[in-house]
Amino acid sequence: MSEKASRGSSASAAIRPVPFDEAVGRYEPVIGLETHVELGTATKMFCGSPAVFGAEPNSAVCPVCLGLPGSLPVINKSAIEYTIKIGLALNCSIASWCRFARKNYFYPDMPKNFQISQYDEPLCTDGWLAVEVAGQEFTVGIERVHLEEDTGKSLHVGGATGRIHGADYSLVDYNRAGIPLVEVVTKPIPGTGVLAPAVARAYVTELRDLLRALDVSDVRMEQGSLRCDVNTSIAAAGSARWGTRTETKNVNSLRSVERAVRSEIERQAGVLDAGGRVVQETRHFHEDTGTTTAGRSKEEAQDYRYFPEPDLVPVAPAPEWVAQIKAALPELPAARRVRLQAQWGLSDLDMAALRNAGALDVVAETVAAGASPEQARNWWLEDLSRRANNRGVELAELPISPAQVARISDLVNTGALNNKLARQVVDGVLAGEGTPDEIVAARRLAVVTDTSVLSAAVDEAIAANPDIAAKIAAGKTAAAGALVGAVMKATAGQADAARVRELILQRCGTGLGE
Amino acid sequence: MTASNELTAMTAAQMARAVADGDVSAVELTTAHLDLIARTDVHVHAFLHVAADSALRAAREVDDQRAAGQRLGPLAGVPLALKDVFTTSDMPTTCGSKILAGWQPPYDATVTKRLRAAGAVILGKTNMDEFAMGSSTENSAFGPSHNPWDLSLVPGGSSGGSAAAVAAYQAPLGIGTDTGGSIRQPAAVCGLVGVKPTYGGSSRYGLVAFASSLDTPGPLARTVLDAALLHEAMSGHDPCDSTSLDAQVPPVVAAARNADVAGLRVGVVAELSGEGYASGVLSRFNETVELLETLGAKITEISCPHFTYALPAYYLIAPSECSSNLARFDAMRYGLRVGDEGDANAEEVMSLTRAAGFGAEVKRRIMLGTYALSSGYYDAYYGKAQQVRTLIIRDFAAAFEQVDVLVSPTTPTTAFAIGERVDDPMAMYLADLCTIPSDLAGNAALSVPCGLAPEDGLPVGFQVMAPVLADDRMYRVGAAVEAALDQRRGHPLLTEARGLANAADAEAGR
Amino acid sequence: MSITRDEVAHLAQLSRLALTEDELDHFSGQLDVIIAAVARVQEVAAAGIPPTTHAAELVNVFRDDVVVQPLPAQAVLAEAPAAELDRFRVPRILAED
Repeated sequence: MSEKASRGSSASAAIRPVPFDEAVGRYEPVIGLETHVELGTATKMFCGSPAVFGAEPNSAVCPVCLGLPGSLPVINKSAIEYTIKIGLALNCSIASWCRFARKNYFYPDMPKNFQISQYDEPLCTDGWLAVEVAGQEFTVGIERVHLEEDTGKSLHVGGATGRIHGADYSLVDYNRAGIPLVEVVTKPIPGTGVLAPAVARAYVTELRDLLRALDVSDVRMEQGSLRCDVNTSIAAAGSARWGTRTETKNVNSLRSVERAVRSEIERQAGVLDAGGRVVQETRHFHEDTGTTTAGRSKEEAQDYRYFPEPDLVPVAPAPEWVAQIKAALPELPAARRVRLQAQWGLSDLDMAALRNAGALDVVAETVAAGASPEQARNWWLEDLSRRANNRGVELAELPISPAQVARISDLVNTGALNNKLARQVVDGVLAGEGTPDEIVAARRLAVVTDTSVLSAAVDEAIAANPDIAAKIAAGKTAAAGALVGAVMKATAGQADAARVRELILQRCGTGLGE
Repeated sequence: MTASNELTAMTAAQMARAVADGDVSAVELTTAHLDLIARTDVHVHAFLHVAADSALRAAREVDDQRAAGQRLGPLAGVPLALKDVFTTSDMPTTCGSKILAGWQPPYDATVTKRLRAAGAVILGKTNMDEFAMGSSTENSAFGPSHNPWDLSLVPGGSSGGSAAAVAAYQAPLGIGTDTGGSIRQPAAVCGLVGVKPTYGGSSRYGLVAFASSLDTPGPLARTVLDAALLHEAMSGHDPCDSTSLDAQVPPVVAAARNADVAGLRVGVVAELSGEGYASGVLSRFNETVELLETLGAKITEISCPHFTYALPAYYLIAPSECSSNLARFDAMRYGLRVGDEGDANAEEVMSLTRAAGFGAEVKRRIMLGTYALSSGYYDAYYGKAQQVRTLIIRDFAAAFEQVDVLVSPTTPTTAFAIGERVDDPMAMYLADLCTIPSDLAGNAALSVPCGLAPEDGLPVGFQVMAPVLADDRMYRVGAAVEAALDQRRGHPLLTEARGLANAADAEAGR
Repeated sequence: MSITRDEVAHLAQLSRLALTEDELDHFSGQLDVIIAAVARVQEVAAAGIPPTTHAAELVNVFRDDVVVQPLPAQAVLAEAPAAELDRFRVPRILAED
């Protein structure tokens, strides 16, 4: 048990984080996540300016998203539709009547110095999302899903790292100001214990996959179209009340989600062990160290002086419209997984292996392209997984498509290739030599089945190994394997192994059917 | 009267006809008005920017269209004064504020576009109380405008510049905005017709916002018919304004031509009278009510009990919305920037700029609005005010079950002296007592001149209020009052305005 | 007293208005009077009365997700107090967090 320090504060350098396993042994974590999703609409939330990436600065703005005096917002109908879609997929209630509100604060990347958002009347409320970790299912409650507009982007000039600290001035681009943002807020998630970091990660992963299936966003964390803030608190095991929570920002990848939760639990345990109190604050996650640091301390929570947006009128989605959207929802990831597992006849363990390897989608696509589930799984989980690991990339990032894998599999099935040759074709595709068929032609890979060609090689092998031939003649057909190997070697792997074996058995005097 | 004065003395309707018939060219007409402005605006100071070149170009275009036999807009060739709160892509838009001095918008307001499409010739941008906050134009950063009835008096506000311009014959038509009475009150104290259409009747896109749920663009003119013509030309649904009404513009021109009030039920609002109202205002008002009765209207007294809370509710709602609307003026993207020479950070530059760029009334209202929206105060102030607003709407609804229109004086006094109320904000706010209820409820209201107060010989305004989208009803009443009084008088009221003549005499005498 | 000078100073800071000491004195007195006057709304019994944000009862005003030509970048930056690299140049921003 650590010594209790006489003063407790998260700022003291004497506080040491408690190793994770120990921390969750004595403290129970409660986590929560707020996720922002940039919608993939063609235009911005409140104006017709194009929603584009990487355009010339300030080339996609109009009086409205620039907040020019006199400009007025008009709601993008698709943004509402996408948000209802998301809410329905998350099992939420869709408001029959709701409004936008102004969130007032001054910041140079906000043209109006208020953000049009939703406050106490969100579009969707009270849903849930099932998340599975290590064979356990957690039902993550969804508090709300609402719509707001994104800010512009600033470049900070003059500081050491291009960060805001120490900068001399900033340069602002409003191309992204006004992009529709959906915010998904979970209810607090208790009872995760040692799995807290994994549950956080699994939730974001599942949410991401769901959003992708809905086709409402390209959800790329690296590009910022999916952003996460993670809330963490801990309380002594058995405690009736939850602890004070901190909010961690700048969490830019799934791995960071996991690490941020882990690091905060360790840090907060250290604070509590030392007799201190966790400060309710916003913290910043650092990729390099995997830890968080305190942001600018705020005496009191900022007062945003929310009031209903007077330039907009309420949104009251007609029940028929909501029903239409619901009826048109695509198959969601969870349902898809259940279906595929049944279709492929996989055990839970096998299914989990697929998911953990990140192979589910590529396998499904390979099956869709004509391969059998077994062959698809085999290719992706064995050979291709190895290659992905060697290159340090995800399966989906390998420069070979499911359709190509299906083609190669098909070539093996028809006997045009054997497995060894097939792997050479894979090499070729990964090396960028072209399509499987192009590579087969270019490298002149073909299984040789021509009896006359094979006979010569078979005869040579028999002649070179008379004792093995004798064994075969005596009935030990298993010994044929060694001769097959010799012929394969002699033909640089291009012989049709089955045909070779046939010929060997014939030549040695034992026919088939013995 | 010189030839120039004959031209400028016409009504807008007459001017439109004359141009369409070819009796006068648009260029002649525009030139006459520009000349008059050049001679008189040194006294009136109605204009912040006179756009002589673009006006003449627009006039020439009308003449070319006419010569080519093309169809002319309903206001083709008619000069117009535009309140400097509307964006114009070819003229500066200052909103009467230092913070926007010289700002050149990159886009036209919808109202600006519609006026141009109607063929109106925009002579320039008129003076106003800063960001439409005020009742006298004394809050303009560029000096007040002067009432053509007596140059030492205010022309009302915040659309005082437009009112002064029209009353001085510098333009037959003016555009103003009404948030708490800022079209009707200047109209009343300048002897003009001023209209606040049903909220949402005209687009707010390009109207620099003061109080979003209250701001209403509307016409100022010397006759009821002129106001109606302008009302129709500027109104209509705009998809760029989510709060604009998707409904037919009420038939106001037809109503203006039909001055028949026989059988119309007229309600006198009991609460809008009594202490604080000048005796001349009350006497002219009462006479006008009697006049309506002789014309066949049925008069009743109606109580609207929550109207007495309209003023405090307004001075919570409007500042709250404006504190948020004006946050964008922060020196980052346009307008004034102060304090950026040394090491100041963005927050400091914002604060220094806003302190230097905003006048006192604007600062007061921003702080008041910030207060009213603050957590802990919201329910008691902003929230409560919005409830009072509901009760006022219900008062109107109940009243309109019993009567067709409601009437009251437009403002409690005649024009007051420049400088008289600047140091007493509450006294200034009282000018809006009668006009505010219609802004809160969003229904239609207009002011029509009903004579001069005997004690000071200054114009008195008669306010007519109609239900939402029943704008035509109030035009009928306005037209009836105007016709009867004009007939009685024998000449247009405005010809009695002596302000400029006095100034000319004084100059001649020197 | 309905509002103290300190509260007014706080309001000024919240609204980004750098007032002088004299202005603070002056405005405090005026705001005190005004707030007392507008507080009259609290006299109205309004239990159960819904607030009105808009007189007109419109709902569901939308636009289609169709691109409208944006402003040319030159027009966007033309009135900027300072610009660099086609962006708005602003003084250094204090970090929020």
